[in-house]
Amino acid sequence: MPSPRSGRYSVFAIAREALRQHQGWNRAWASPEPRERYKVVIVGAGGHGLATAYYLGKNFGITDVAVIEKGWLGGGNTGRNTTIIRSNYLQDPSAAIYDKALKLYENLSQDLNYNVMFSPRGLIMLAQTEHEVRGYKRTVYANNLQGVSTEWIEPKRLKEIVPIINIDGPRYPVLGGLYQARGGTARHDAVAWGYARACSDMGMHIIQTCEVTGIETANGQVQAVSTTKGRIGCEKLALVVAGHSSQLAEMAGFRLPIESVPLQAMVSEPIKPCMDVVVMANTVHGYMSQSDKGEMVIGGGTDSYNAFTQRGSWHHIEETVRALIETFPMISRLKMLRQWGGIVDMTGDRSPILSATPVGNIFVNCGWGTGGFKAIPGSGWAMAELIAQGRPGPLAAAFGMNRFREGRFIDESVAAGVAH
Amino acid sequence: MLILTCPYCGVKAEETELSPGGEAHLKRIGPKGTAEEFEAYLFARKNIKGVHFERWRHAYGCNKWFLAARDTHTMQVYGTYKAQTAHATDEIVANARQARAEWVPDWPQASEAVVA
Ligand SMILES: Cc1cc2nc3c(=O)[nH]c(=O)nc-3n(C[C@H](O)[C@H](O)[C@H](O)COP(=O)(O)OP(=O)(O)OC[C@H]3O[C@@H](n4cnc5c(N)ncnc54)[C@H](O)[C@@H]3O)c2cc1C
Ligand SMILES: [Zn+2]
Repeated sequence: MPSPRSGRYSVFAIAREALRQHQGWNRAWASPEPRERYKVVIVGAGGHGLATAYYLGKNFGITDVAVIEKGWLGGGNTGRNTTIIRSNYLQDPSAAIYDKALKLYENLSQDLNYNVMFSPRGLIMLAQTEHEVRGYKRTVYANNLQGVSTEWIEPKRLKEIVPIINIDGPRYPVLGGLYQARGGTARHDAVAWGYARACSDMGMHIIQTCEVTGIETANGQVQAVSTTKGRIGCEKLALVVAGHSSQLAEMAGFRLPIESVPLQAMVSEPIKPCMDVVVMANTVHGYMSQSDKGEMVIGGGTDSYNAFTQRGSWHHIEETVRALIETFPMISRLKMLRQWGGIVDMTGDRSPILSATPVGNIFVNCGWGTGGFKAIPGSGWAMAELIAQGRPGPLAAAFGMNRFREGRFIDESVAAGVAH
Repeated sequence: MLILTCPYCGVKAEETELSPGGEAHLKRIGPKGTAEEFEAYLFARKNIKGVHFERWRHAYGCNKWFLAARDTHTMQVYGTYKAQTAHATDEIVANARQARAEWVPDWPQASEAVVA
């Protein structure tokens, strides 16, 4: 996407700016006052909301769009996650949307002219119980039928890929792993920032520190949202607010099959490179990768009761760390630098909702729960299709909210129990 | 760490001693229910940001189910009460109102209550 307003980033731009004390860089996105009305209003400037706006512009030429954010863009789960990207899900509709996302990630930096630091360093899900061995082998077979290349690897090969791992821990021995060589990580903030910049360049409005407090409807159709910056009219409205989806749905007068719970993560002090692959230990809810700065990035389990505290329970940290130390003995002396939580939106089948709603021209995108960072580009793509055409395209079709009434679950609670 | 007092055995239990059971006071829908009612019973949750009523089991204690009123935003506990109750006690309502003046219970109040 060319960048008329913010200026295109390139090696020449860096050279040019180096010669003039970096005075010529423009702000990456504008901060406009809201207009009275937009064709499409998107609530939530996380990755999913911003990507939805981007593909509305890019794929459908719809640029009369505002993305409204109560805090700062990317300050929700998008800026709080452990950035694991993979597409090794079990069910066909999941494989389709997550693999679409992964393919878009592969070229996202070029597409956005913004370095999202996508790093396909490979990803292993450890099998630490007999149950997991069977489960992951099954996933490998399913993935290969879906055209998503993954493989089952034995402990010996696993140890070669991850030398710091202890494969014969007494409590949680490593019995093998589900390996997706194309999986990896990306810089979470950069994904939000890159999309925001591209949206702003298309003339869309990203309105930060503006909370949506009400939704106005007439004759079953959306009319406007009330916000802390006044009333904003719209033809179509998309609710893309993760942990606050139930609150926005309530404003519009319907309920969602969602519960909000805290999920935590932490990072260690930076150390020398020791692990160039992402490792997920789902039995013990421990997920680890090494950031480009050298910090060990560790994700843990969710709290098992509803809360909106962005903090999470202390004992989960202990459980995660305890389990990881057995599998990675060398991290036992590491100091943890920061710990935080995000509020994740859980559905009963652990799959997302991309759907029309009981209110005309209101669409929801939520339920990504503990694992939606990896899905951002694919979700935005599918959501743009749904909003622009008023009905879901092939990627979103299976994820309608009516599936709960109709019993068409997309059960990912095996592949994604609490996985990232 | 979340601490709830079990209304049966009186133990002040840490959350690791308890097992959560989700939203309280759900009304079970029988065989005559419509698809919508059944869906709502199984899946649609209030998911309140504020005063929330939920089920807990004193798993590593007396093993009984009880109910708790808790604020999902501030984590303040307004009280716990026995499971065989249609709604929270007046004392819990008063605690919640004290913390959140705007909050009103969504069940008929004492004066208008119908005894079931
Ligand atoms: C600790 C943790 C680790 C995770 N690890 C991974 C991982 O490794 N891999 C992975 O794929 N996924 C992971 N996830 C999940 C992933 O972060 C989320 O699924 C994804 O970021 C959701 O993006 P989103 O855009 O839907 O939501 P968000 O980024 O949360 O954006 C929603 C936005 O809506 C705004 N909002 C809410 N209410 C209002 C309102 N009333 N008015 C205006 N704005 C409002 C919020 O402020 C927020 O910015 C993790 C999550 C957490 C918390
Ligand atoms: Zn007890």
